[in-house]
Amino acid sequence: MDWGAIIENTFRGLLGEQFIYFALAAIGLNMHFGYTGLLNFGQAVFMAAGAYGLSMSVATLGLNFWWGLLLGIVVFPLILALLMGIPTLRLRADYLAIVTIAASEMFRIIARSPSLDRWTGSSDGLTAFANDFYDMSPFSTGGRYFFGLFIGNQMWVVLVGWIVLALVVLLVWLMMRSPWGRVLRAIREDEDAARSLGKNAYWFKLQALMIGGVFGALGGLLRAIGTQSAQPQNFITDVTFFAWVALILGGAAKVGGPVAGAAILYGILNFTDVFLRQLVDNGYISESIMDGTQVGQVRFMLIGLGLILLAAFRPQGIFGSKEEMALDDR
Amino acid sequence: MTADTTSLFNGVAWEPGAAKNDPILVVDDVRRSFGGLIAVDVDHLEVQRGAITALIGPNGAGKTTFFNLLTNFDDPDTGTRSFEGQDLGNIPAHRVANLGMVRTFQLTKSLSKMTVIDNMLLGATHQRGESLWRSFLRFAWSDQEQSNTERAEALLARFNLAHMRDEFAGTLSGGQRKLLEMARALMVEPTMVMLDEPMAGVNPALKQSLLEHVKGLRDEGMTVLFVEHDMDMVQEISDWVVVMAEGRIIAEGPPASIGENQAVVDAYLGAHHDAPLDLGDD
Repeated sequence: MDWGAIIENTFRGLLGEQFIYFALAAIGLNMHFGYTGLLNFGQAVFMAAGAYGLSMSVATLGLNFWWGLLLGIVVFPLILALLMGIPTLRLRADYLAIVTIAASEMFRIIARSPSLDRWTGSSDGLTAFANDFYDMSPFSTGGRYFFGLFIGNQMWVVLVGWIVLALVVLLVWLMMRSPWGRVLRAIREDEDAARSLGKNAYWFKLQALMIGGVFGALGGLLRAIGTQSAQPQNFITDVTFFAWVALILGGAAKVGGPVAGAAILYGILNFTDVFLRQLVDNGYISESIMDGTQVGQVRFMLIGLGLILLAAFRPQGIFGSKEEMALDDR
Repeated sequence: MTADTTSLFNGVAWEPGAAKNDPILVVDDVRRSFGGLIAVDVDHLEVQRGAITALIGPNGAGKTTFFNLLTNFDDPDTGTRSFEGQDLGNIPAHRVANLGMVRTFQLTKSLSKMTVIDNMLLGATHQRGESLWRSFLRFAWSDQEQSNTERAEALLARFNLAHMRDEFAGTLSGGQRKLLEMARALMVEPTMVMLDEPMAGVNPALKQSLLEHVKGLRDEGMTVLFVEHDMDMVQEISDWVVVMAEGRIIAEGPPASIGENQAVVDAYLGAHHDAPLDLGDD
């Protein structure tokens, strides 16, 4: 057993790019669901808005990288939030859920349509739109950094990702202890009560949808930069549910919950991946039970089992508060 | 009923739709139907400023529907309502609160996963910190938050909730939630308070204190309109009673006059019933 490789990979999961992308997406979901009670089952489409906002600006329209950032982080997700929110946020919560899941599938299917090849690159997607980003990297391409966990360009993506993540967490923390955050929590608890006290619940919900969408778009945009590609299959519904898993694991309505949840999710995925593979390779697990090619699936089964146990024994999530959860039953 | 509030109704006829001396809320031809059922059909109603008006009626009379129409939580099919001379026609419910008319709910809507003090602070209007752009700039709203907190703490003390300040509202008893909801409504600094069954689910010990609080609202110059089943409360604190049955207003008058009103007796006990009315058994 090569414990060095197991530990190294686990840390790469806890701190690496996937963690950053999904932590940002889950923070967005936390803004929607955890604080405001909005059911968004299409966070993938906000991530796609970030990824395609940047890649189409640069690769298709030939704008420079900074305009791409503006379109990807601000313009695309805001338009999307308004399109989905304006017709649904006056209605019951389920309608937003339906519209978000539909929008995320629609976007993915339209983006891969061959007739849009000139704009979206269809199923191959768009590539090589982040060269300006890598030109700014202070790290040498071949070098190994941060205890040897990340190499050159990867380190640059991860470092920028950490900084963005830290800023977003700080922002959410500040916003949620303000009167604005108080109105969101009141809407989550009882929208009519908020309205009876003079709060425009509709407008606050729209704001929450936009802000959470921008955070999701940041995650998608960093993912597009990290892989230098934006492809439709990067934004399948699984992506939405990975973000949900991160949120539920960590605990909704806590600032650090989604960050911890994403780190734990990818820590466990990476750990089980290498650990199981080594067990199989070293003969600790017989080929008749499982072979090396099945490791990828089995680790998701383990995550599923973990979630079931969590729901049974710690439904508030790892960092959630049990006292708050218990108030639901009264 | 005190002498000076009686005089508010000098010269007002004891009949449905009677004109008041100084109406704060005026309703005209308001109808609301659900499918084939006409839930509310009110030709005219005026609510006197500075008085406590009770809205009573048998179950299914349309009181709560009418209440929702008055506060714009529901829209009438036809008809107009005006508050302080302002037409409420196309105004969303939250703006009605900002105009100075604030309501409570039959099933208390205390926000259980928020602390008592957060519940109170939510009620304050025109908060600078409720703007998205200022939310993360604490210095832009902290002074206002401070003065709102002081006002909230004073109200909590008045409603005997000061010791629960930092508890989750979900841990309060039913009666305490009623108190919290009333105190929170006062954070809006309303001119008119609408209470939907304020006594429902409140234990007798707390009832008296709740009654005093409602009277206190009037003594501070607010107008109160409440829906209630509890006849003791109606008799004790209201200055004027409006009776609804089958969606219509069938009687109006001072509380003492209502028990003898033939239309009211018929509505509660059925027409042609000759026994004396005892509303207290409702």
